[in-house]
Amino acid sequence: MTFGAMETDFRAKRAAGRKLLVPYITGGLAGWQDAVRAAAAAGADAIEIGIPFSDPVMDGPIIQQASQAALESGATPVSILHDARSLDVSIPLAVMTYYNTVHHAGHARFAAQLADAGIVAAIVPDLPLEEAGPWCEAADAAGIETVMLAAPTAPDERLPRVVARARGFVYSVGLLGVTGERDVLAHTAAALARRLKAITDVPVLVGVGVSNAAQAREACEVADGVVMGASVVRRLLEGGADAVGEFVGDVRHAIEH
Amino acid sequence: MSLMAQPSDTGRFGEFGGRFVPETLVPACQELEAAFIEAWADPVFRAELDHVLRTYAGRPSILTECNNLSEQLGIRLALKREDLNHTGSHKINNVLGQALLAKRMGKKRLVAETGAGQHGVASATAAALLGMECKVYMGAVDVERQALNVFRMKLLGSEVEAVHSGSRTLKDAVNEAMRDWVATVETSHYCLGSVMGPHPYPWMVREFHRVLGEEARVQSIELWGDVPDVAVACVGGGSNAIGLFSGFVDDRTRLVGVEPAGGAAVSRAQPGVVHGMRSYLMQDEYGQVQEAQSISAGLDYPGVGPEHSYLASIGRAEYPNVTDAEVIDAFQLMAKTEGIIPALECAHAMAWIVRAAPQMQGQTVLMNLSGRGDKDVAQMMDVLGK
Repeated sequence: MTFGAMETDFRAKRAAGRKLLVPYITGGLAGWQDAVRAAAAAGADAIEIGIPFSDPVMDGPIIQQASQAALESGATPVSILHDARSLDVSIPLAVMTYYNTVHHAGHARFAAQLADAGIVAAIVPDLPLEEAGPWCEAADAAGIETVMLAAPTAPDERLPRVVARARGFVYSVGLLGVTGERDVLAHTAAALARRLKAITDVPVLVGVGVSNAAQAREACEVADGVVMGASVVRRLLEGGADAVGEFVGDVRHAIEH
Repeated sequence: MSLMAQPSDTGRFGEFGGRFVPETLVPACQELEAAFIEAWADPVFRAELDHVLRTYAGRPSILTECNNLSEQLGIRLALKREDLNHTGSHKINNVLGQALLAKRMGKKRLVAETGAGQHGVASATAAALLGMECKVYMGAVDVERQALNVFRMKLLGSEVEAVHSGSRTLKDAVNEAMRDWVATVETSHYCLGSVMGPHPYPWMVREFHRVLGEEARVQSIELWGDVPDVAVACVGGGSNAIGLFSGFVDDRTRLVGVEPAGGAAVSRAQPGVVHGMRSYLMQDEYGQVQEAQSISAGLDYPGVGPEHSYLASIGRAEYPNVTDAEVIDAFQLMAKTEGIIPALECAHAMAWIVRAAPQMQGQTVLMNLSGRGDKDVAQMMDVLGK
C-alpha cells in the first residue's frame, strides 16, 4: 500500500524515533496564519487548520468561542483555504471541519478545493465510519487523507474497521467529552491508544483533553504523538502567534526528553 | 406496507436521516437502537408504557368538535386535545417511552434539550416519576421568555442550564445536550424531544407518538364516519405532526405541517447535516446553520425531522408557513371563539387553517392541539399589551 503525504512523513519520523505533534489552529481567527508559521517553526509536525462551523458539537468553550469569532469576522471555508495557500510552511497541513461544510460544498468539489489549497488531510468529527464512505472515496480520489477518529466507547470489534479506513493517522480520542483543557490526562487516553497500537501500524495520535506539555509527554509514552487544540487556541486568543510558538516549543521539548 | 414503516438499516427515510454523530456516540446509538427494537417487540414493555400513558398521562386524549370556529370558517373543525395530557402537551408520550426504555437499559440520568420548555417539563416529570436524575439544556433567550417552565422543571427536581452559545435558542440547547451526552454516555440517556437527531431517534420518537395518531383516526371515524379531509399540525422538529400523520398517512387525508415563516426549513428544501441527521436545513451559502426567528420558542429551529423532509420530497405532506402576525391573531381567535388558549406553537396550525379555510369549505379538518397556552400567557401579555 502506498501512503499519502502526511502518513508517509509521519511514518518516517516515527521510524526515526520522533514523537509527532499536531497543533490545532482555528482558521480565520485573528493572527491564525502567523500562528501556523510560529507553530511550524517551533517543531510542529503538521497543523490541523479548523474551518469553523456554526454548530461544533465536539468542541468545548474555547474552540466554540474561537469558531464564533472567526465566523463573525467573515471567515468562510473559501477564504480560509485561499489564505492557507500562502502559508508556505514545509510540514503537512490538514483541515478539521464538520460534515455540513463538506456536504454543502459537495464531496468531490470540497476534496478538490482542499487539494488546490495544498491541504493533504481532513478530519470530520461528526462523520463516523458508517456514514463516511462517499466522502472517503472522493477524498481518496483527490489524494486527501481522511483521518478517522477512534473513541474510548468503541467495542473491540469496531476498532479494526475504523483503523482500516484511517489515512494519515488514527485520531485516538483521549476522553469521553468535548475538546478543552483538563487538569489531568484522562485514564482513557493511554488505554485507547494502547488498544489501537496493538492492532495497527498507522500512526496513533491522542487528541481531546491533552492540555499541556506534561500531559503530551504522558500520552506519548504510549501513542505516536498528540493533537493539541484548546490549549493552543487559548494561547492564540490571549497572547497571539508568539504565545503559540512558545507553547509548541515547550511541548516539543517535553515529548523529546 | 405503510408509507411510515421502519426506516432503512442506516436510519434513512428516502435520502434523509442517518447517523452523523461523533464516533464516541456511535456505540450508544447502536445500543439504543437494539434496546428499542427489543423493548418495542416486548409485550411487557408495551403494557408498562400503556399503563403509565393511561393512568399517569391521561390517555386517550379527547377530540373536541369546534362548533363556533366551524361556523365562522365554513369548515368542520375538530381538535385532538394533546393539551389535556399531564404536563400540558404531547411531549409526555415520547418522554415516558424514552424514560422507561432508559431505565430498562440501566441508565440513571436523563439529558434533555428544550425550546419552549414543554419537553423539558415532560422530561423532568418522567425523571421525578421514575427516580432518575435529569438535566435540561435551554437557550438563554428561551429561559427568559419561558421563565415559568424553568421554575416548573426546578420544582420537579431537575437542573436547568441556560445555554449562551450561538443563537441561544433550541438549536444551541441541542448542541449543548449532545456535548453533555458525549461526556456522560455511559450513565446517561439523551432524551431527545423531537423526531430528529441521529438514528434511531426520528423513528423511535415517531413510534412513541403514534398513539396520538391512532387514537385520532378512531375518534375521527366515530365523529365524522370517515377519516378527516385534512389533518393539520405545527412543525418545529415535527414530533406532534409526525404523531398525527402516522394515523392518516395511508389514507386519503391531506397532511399539512405548518412551519413558522422564520423557520421554514422545508419550504427552502435545501438538505444539510446537523444534530446527527441529514434533512432540510436553513443554512447560508457555505453551509453555516442559520438562526430561526419565531415568536414561538418551540418552533424556533432551523431544521426539521428527516421523515418530514421525506414526506415533503415525495409530495405526501405539504409544509406551508405562517407569519408571527397571523399566529398572534389565531391565538386570540381560539381563545375568544372556543374558550381554548392554545400554545403559540399550535396557533401556527390554527393560523394556516384560518388562511386556507376559503379553499376548504365544508371539509372536515382535524388539528392537533399539541399543547396548552398557559406557558405563553406572560409573553402574550407583553405582545398584546396589558
